[in-house]
Amino acid sequence: MTVADGEPLHRSLGLTDGEPLHRSLGLTDGELASVEEVLGRRPNHLELALYAVMWSEHCSYKSSRIHLRRLPTDGPRVLVGPGENAGVIDAGDGIAVAIRIESHNHPSAIEPHQGAATGVGGILRDVFTMGARPLAVMDPLFFGPLDSARQRWLLEGVVGGISAYGNSVGVPTVGGELTFDPCYSGNPLVNVLCLGALPVERLVLGRASGPGNLAVLLGSTTGRDGIGGVSVLASAGFGGEREGAADDAKRPSVQVGDPFEEKRLIEACLALLDAGLVVGIQDLGGAGLACATSETAARGGVGMDVDVSAVPCREPHMAPWEVMTSESQERMLAIVTPAAWPEVAELCRRWEVRATAIGTVTEPEVTPGGPVGRLRVLEGAGGAVLADIPAASLADDAPLYDRPRAAPAGLADRLADDPTGSEPAGDCGAELVALLADPSWAYRQYDHQLFCNTVVGPGGDAALLRLAGPGLPPSERGMAVTTDSAPRWCAIDPRAGTSLVVAEGVANLACVGASPVAVVNCLNFGNPEHSEVMWQLSEAIDGLAEACTAFGLPVIGGNVSLYNESAGTDIDPTPVVGVLGLVDALRARPPGVGLAEGASVVLLGRRSDGGPGHPHPLGGSRWAVEGRGRRGGKLPGLDLAAHRAACELVAALVAEVAGAPPGGTGLGGGDGGDGGDGPMVAVHDVSGGGLGLALAEMAIAGGVGVRARGIAGHAELFTELPSRFVVATHEPGPLVARAEAAGVPAAVLGAAGGRSVVMEGADGSALVDLQLAELAGSWRDALPSRLDAPTEGAGNARG
Amino acid sequence: MAARIAVVVFPGTNCEHDVAAAVERAGAAASLTWHRDRDLGQADAVVLPGGFAHGDYLRPGALARFSPVMEAVAGFAAGGGPVVGICNGFQILTEAGLLPGALVKNRGLRFVCAPSRVRVDSERSAVTAGVAVGTVLSIPVNHFSGSYVCDARTLAALRDGDQVVLRYLENPNGSVDDIAGVANAAGNVVGLMPHPERAADALLGSTDGLVLLAALLAQAAGVRAA
Repeated sequence: MTVADGEPLHRSLGLTDGEPLHRSLGLTDGELASVEEVLGRRPNHLELALYAVMWSEHCSYKSSRIHLRRLPTDGPRVLVGPGENAGVIDAGDGIAVAIRIESHNHPSAIEPHQGAATGVGGILRDVFTMGARPLAVMDPLFFGPLDSARQRWLLEGVVGGISAYGNSVGVPTVGGELTFDPCYSGNPLVNVLCLGALPVERLVLGRASGPGNLAVLLGSTTGRDGIGGVSVLASAGFGGEREGAADDAKRPSVQVGDPFEEKRLIEACLALLDAGLVVGIQDLGGAGLACATSETAARGGVGMDVDVSAVPCREPHMAPWEVMTSESQERMLAIVTPAAWPEVAELCRRWEVRATAIGTVTEPEVTPGGPVGRLRVLEGAGGAVLADIPAASLADDAPLYDRPRAAPAGLADRLADDPTGSEPAGDCGAELVALLADPSWAYRQYDHQLFCNTVVGPGGDAALLRLAGPGLPPSERGMAVTTDSAPRWCAIDPRAGTSLVVAEGVANLACVGASPVAVVNCLNFGNPEHSEVMWQLSEAIDGLAEACTAFGLPVIGGNVSLYNESAGTDIDPTPVVGVLGLVDALRARPPGVGLAEGASVVLLGRRSDGGPGHPHPLGGSRWAVEGRGRRGGKLPGLDLAAHRAACELVAALVAEVAGAPPGGTGLGGGDGGDGGDGPMVAVHDVSGGGLGLALAEMAIAGGVGVRARGIAGHAELFTELPSRFVVATHEPGPLVARAEAAGVPAAVLGAAGGRSVVMEGADGSALVDLQLAELAGSWRDALPSRLDAPTEGAGNARG
Repeated sequence: MAARIAVVVFPGTNCEHDVAAAVERAGAAASLTWHRDRDLGQADAVVLPGGFAHGDYLRPGALARFSPVMEAVAGFAAGGGPVVGICNGFQILTEAGLLPGALVKNRGLRFVCAPSRVRVDSERSAVTAGVAVGTVLSIPVNHFSGSYVCDARTLAALRDGDQVVLRYLENPNGSVDDIAGVANAAGNVVGLMPHPERAADALLGSTDGLVLLAALLAQAAGVRAA
């Protein structure tokens, strides 16, 4: 076998001839040696380009794989675990739910609109690749403070990109998170989660089989956009201000999205799968054709011949390595039998989707070590062989690093710097107001209602959707999803902080009556070559594993985003956890967050931390970090069993409301029993901002004031002790009795009513005494007023 | 027999399943009609649902008006058949010249997906016949280009002809005269920006959209009988 020499890659990359090619492509000298060992010869330029993208951090998880193995991945509902395009669980009633989360941090930092838009497009393809119709998107977003014009540009661009792509492609964005912290100023985070559903029997996996079958490229043409996205962009940090021009020069590595192409691609692919016309299907994402062809072949234990000249290109004179590594959007690779090909082509024509046979599945080569499927890149069918490599080596032989880990140097000082006792009380009312922010500026720009499934949308504790969609069997069930993070906790203690984040997700699901069934995670960290970042990553994975094991939750998918750094400074560790839950019967609206006039307000869960420390720890709280700039201390403890008991109680109480047959007063007001007569009329978990913020948000949502008594000062108002809920009820006696029977502490704090929000200390003095209208105004204006700040540095200093 | 509603699907349309489910809940039989079809079959009424027909490229509705099905829709409308455009469907009807005026980008230049309250201001339309003027309905809006504009003479004609079907109580997009929906002079062709199919189930928070859909079904049944 002779392999044609590669094209002058140096020249097309604009490199000087003296620079070793493998290093410019992001491969180390050691990795080059591994490639030579796999091939038994020197790779040509095209082959080197293929290994460079596939062995990039982004594609290979070479720094994190060794740690990810510690996560629990099995469970009775799991149909597909990690490693496929999306995790899939059995939701019952013949319906499977697919879920996936990803980051698009680096592209969004360079070009926020397209970066965020193509993040949505990519995650949708991961989900419909499994045969699922994408039904909902969630977007956790992290930026620097909005007093900088650049941050406002980034936020506007990212939200606009999600809006433009998600709305047009026809998938509702049902929730997310918005976090501001200076650590994201040079490297914002844009994560995206997608949920889809499918009839169980339509489940397909991305693998090729059947030598002689055709590899068919569906969708958009292949251009020069996004070349090197995974290696140039996603697997390196940013230079920051000093190297702003160099960072801007990476803009051509950002792909450009076309939601209309994607919409047609979704409909065509789901129609192909419904008709049983494809053997396997795989999306083209990071590393483009190189990844899709090698992964489908490797998973199926076969080889593949790819005719690079058959690929429809957007511009002339594209080199084979460009065609193979382009990250042009809205493309899929389907494996099709020759007999089905005419029908596939006809169906694609109806949906106006381009379909081109670009390769064939080949028999694996028999070797002493077993069968080896080879990925060959050809110039014309039967033409010159431009590359010839073992398909599995791109994925399976990627390097695996156990990088050095060490706790950050200042950790002991940070833990010792506890704001709990040392930080004096201030004006609790003003501090509470500063924590309030209505996120609706963002989510009003997202279609969050399409498919008429959204029972609880953005702004609630978790999104709650009917388990329904075009082509699904009928079901009365609901599905719920939440994304959570707390970098301020994880910066202090990544292990405990990540466990607390999982707990928070489970609590959020309980508020809409859902029981958790599976977890996905997006691990956003700094530079893995920094030992403290590897320590943070390893600790966070342990915290994730511990909490998921305790709650019986399998981790069915995830994404690791490293090199989130700017000018040498890493972001705070930011594991984002998505938790998927189910509701057995969703017939009426759950209680919601809003208080109702006259209801008693009850705290479910412990009143204080039972340990040896302070009863109301403030370390890592929003009050301490955002309000006082104190980023150290000790996190509150998490009692996993107590947490589970509290969440199960709340989920059961909410499910009783949601599962009741519709009250049925017919047309007109039609609020479907919202805030009805059950034991519970409102519920909200106590999380960031503590009890004070929970009460304020419930008052604002209900348009009703509240008076809470006997609160032990600012510490009890702002502590973020987990496993706690505020519930409003017209029947406090029976509710408290039920809580006590379940082993969950319960205390009546006061009652809802009037037009003011009052929180009294143990001595009867008012810690907070604000007019509801004033509070609601601050909440509503917080985000718009910061965004409309006229010039850099002249903005509202709040927050 | 139930009224038959043809729901037209362009590439990029995305509300077709929601509309079909809502009109079926209201008692009709819905069928999806592909944009290349030149025949509406035995439809008693036609709905152009929301979405992004042909990607909204060039301008919302600007390409969809050339889809083959639009000739059939125009013929159906000319014969007095009820035709309702919702959101993108409204944009298409204005581009096709079946309704006056145009829909431009929202005041504030941002997409808006939010609850809205609208007041019924005319009983002379396919979606409000029999609904008392002044009835206030809670129906969500979801659009980027929902700001209704027209010249002064057209606006005067709309008012004089009782063609303003719905007005916003809190104008979300800068529409002239708070207009949320208009009809043609005969009242059988209607465009509205709010999405009645999204307010057709108590589980989702409002059933007010069923008021408009029920009126449409009654009109469709009338066509059938005639």
